[in-house]
Formats: sequence, C-alpha cells, structure tokens
Amino acid sequence: MEARKNKRDYIGFAFRQSVPVMLGYIFLGIAFGLLLQNAGYDFVWAFCASLFIYAGSMQFVLVNLLTAGAGLLYTAVMTLFINGRHIFYGLSFVEKYKKMGKAYPYMVFSLTDETYSVLCGTKVPDGMEEKKVFFWISLLDQSYWVLGSVIGALAGSYITFDSTGIDFSMTALFVVIVVEQWQEQSSHFPAVIGAVSGILWLLLLGPDEFILPTLCTCVLILILARGRLLPHTEEGRG
Amino acid sequence: MMPISVEQSVAIIAVTALCTILLRALPFLVFGGRKEVPKVVSDLGVLLPSSIMAVLVVYCLRNVNFAAARNFLPEFISCLVVVGLHLWKRNILLSIGLGTVCYMILVQAVFV
Repeated sequence: MEARKNKRDYIGFAFRQSVPVMLGYIFLGIAFGLLLQNAGYDFVWAFCASLFIYAGSMQFVLVNLLTAGAGLLYTAVMTLFINGRHIFYGLSFVEKYKKMGKAYPYMVFSLTDETYSVLCGTKVPDGMEEKKVFFWISLLDQSYWVLGSVIGALAGSYITFDSTGIDFSMTALFVVIVVEQWQEQSSHFPAVIGAVSGILWLLLLGPDEFILPTLCTCVLILILARGRLLPHTEEGRG
Repeated sequence: MMPISVEQSVAIIAVTALCTILLRALPFLVFGGRKEVPKVVSDLGVLLPSSIMAVLVVYCLRNVNFAAARNFLPEFISCLVVVGLHLWKRNILLSIGLGTVCYMILVQAVFV
C-alpha cells in the first residue's frame, strides 16, 4: 500500500471525474431554478427541492405539478413512474454499497442517472479507497445541482431575461442519453419499444394520461422478450 | 406569486422527495441481505433504462402537433441539432447547450 491519500487528493480526483456532470448539472440546475422562479417560487424553494428530491427530470415535472396544484396521490404515482428506473441502478450496486459504512444512506439517496454512470466508469487509483472516491463524486454531483438551482432562481429574480424555451434543456438531456445508449448497445429493441409504445399511447390517450400505460407496456414487453434480448439468460438458471 | 398555498407546495415536494428516496432505497431494502437478485429483475435492470429514456423524450415532446409549422418545427429542428452535435462532438454540455439555445431562438424569434 502507498501512503494514505489525504482528503485533498480524494476531492481532486473526484472533481476530475465529475466535470461532465458539473457542466450538465449547473446548466440544467439553472434551467430548473429559473423555471421554478417563473412559477412563483424563490431560491429557498429551489434549494430545498434540489437538496431533498435531487432528481433532475422529476424536478422539471415538479414545476408542472406545483403550477397545476396536483393531488398528492397523483404526485406520488408520477414520481414512482418517472423515477422508477432508479430501482434498477440500485440493483447493480447492492453488493458494492454494503461496504460504504457511514456514507451508505447518503450514497443510496444520491444515486441519480448521472452519478450512476460516472461511478460505473470510474477506475479507482492505487492507494485510494473506492468508498471514499465514490462518496466525494456523489457529494460533488449533488453540490453542482443545488448550486445551479439556486443560481437559476436568484438570476431569475434579478435579471429580466426571456427564458421561454429554456425547458428544452431537459428534452436535450434525454435525447443525448438516448443517443449514447443507442451507440453503446447492440440491441435497439428496448429504445424502439419505448418510443413506439409512447407514441401509440400518446395518440390514443393524449398528453396527460399516456405515460403510465406506456411504461407498463414497456415492462411487460421486455419481460416477455428478455430471453431473446439477453443471450445469457438461459445460462443463469439452475 | 405562488400558484398554490405554501402548505400544498411543501406537501407536493415532500411526497416527491419521499417517493424518490423510497425508489432508490427499495433494491437495497429488498436485496441488501441476499446474495442473488432474481433473474427477471436483473434483466429489467439491463433492458428497461433504454426504453424509459425514449419514453421520456416522447413525454417532453407530448404537446407537439402538426396543425401549424410553429407547433412542431422548433422541436424537430432542435432535436436534430442535439443528435447531430452529439454524434459529431460527443460533448454533453455542447449538445444540450447549443440545442437549447437553438430552440430558444426558434420559439422567441423565428416561429413567433
């Protein structure tokens, strides 16, 4: 073992790993803060939402829920479906996170799409403990998100700026992730199923009702088709 | 001005936060003590994220319609810009940033 690395080494390494997330989170956080501010909520609300919810796409939907005065049951159901994918990120980290010690609850709480992908791609250097590297990356990521949200809400209250269309940054984020997944994966079936069932249910039920049936359809079709999509499925039995 | 009361706003944010925490904690609560995850669940963990991201793109574009050019062209052009930039430069900030600027210009100045 090399000499123990100090806190500065860990933060420095974690910072370099998290730069792509920093750029995205500050930009999207500003967009969220601005939207929330335009809906009538100041920076304290943006700060609290980003501190306690910390889920990018859901927080954009949250602005709509607040504006519409949505019911709590509807809010819960929307959250469960929009953030449902987080269950599956956690699934692949169950073993790894057991070793996190005191940071374990925070690591589970802060496992967003972006943090998950950064942690998957991080090679921990010799002499550093994985759990500390993971903790600092997770903490930095949320700091960027909270910072961006507060800047957006504050800038929104002092600068007169036509922010019409800034919510497209959420669409752009999802489009970018779809492009990345499309290039990484050999089977495009899951993405096509998502798009096709989404469009069909949208045409059938309209913009307010379609997302829940769409996601249920995706889950059902993928359960039925998983044997063909994942060639190693049969080997896993017995 | 806030569209609804402080109490109602706090309740909506609290429910959103609690449901999100519940979802993130669920696999650890269910499988944290076990050695193996059921095959159907781990298979969905591999397959479902790609479906959901595509669904979320449709969700973002749900209010697009073809009654007039300005109801779909800004979205259509900006999405093409994002995809093109990302295939070309693979820089997340650049793709999201320029795509959004493009959209804002189109809806504020071109298709008014």
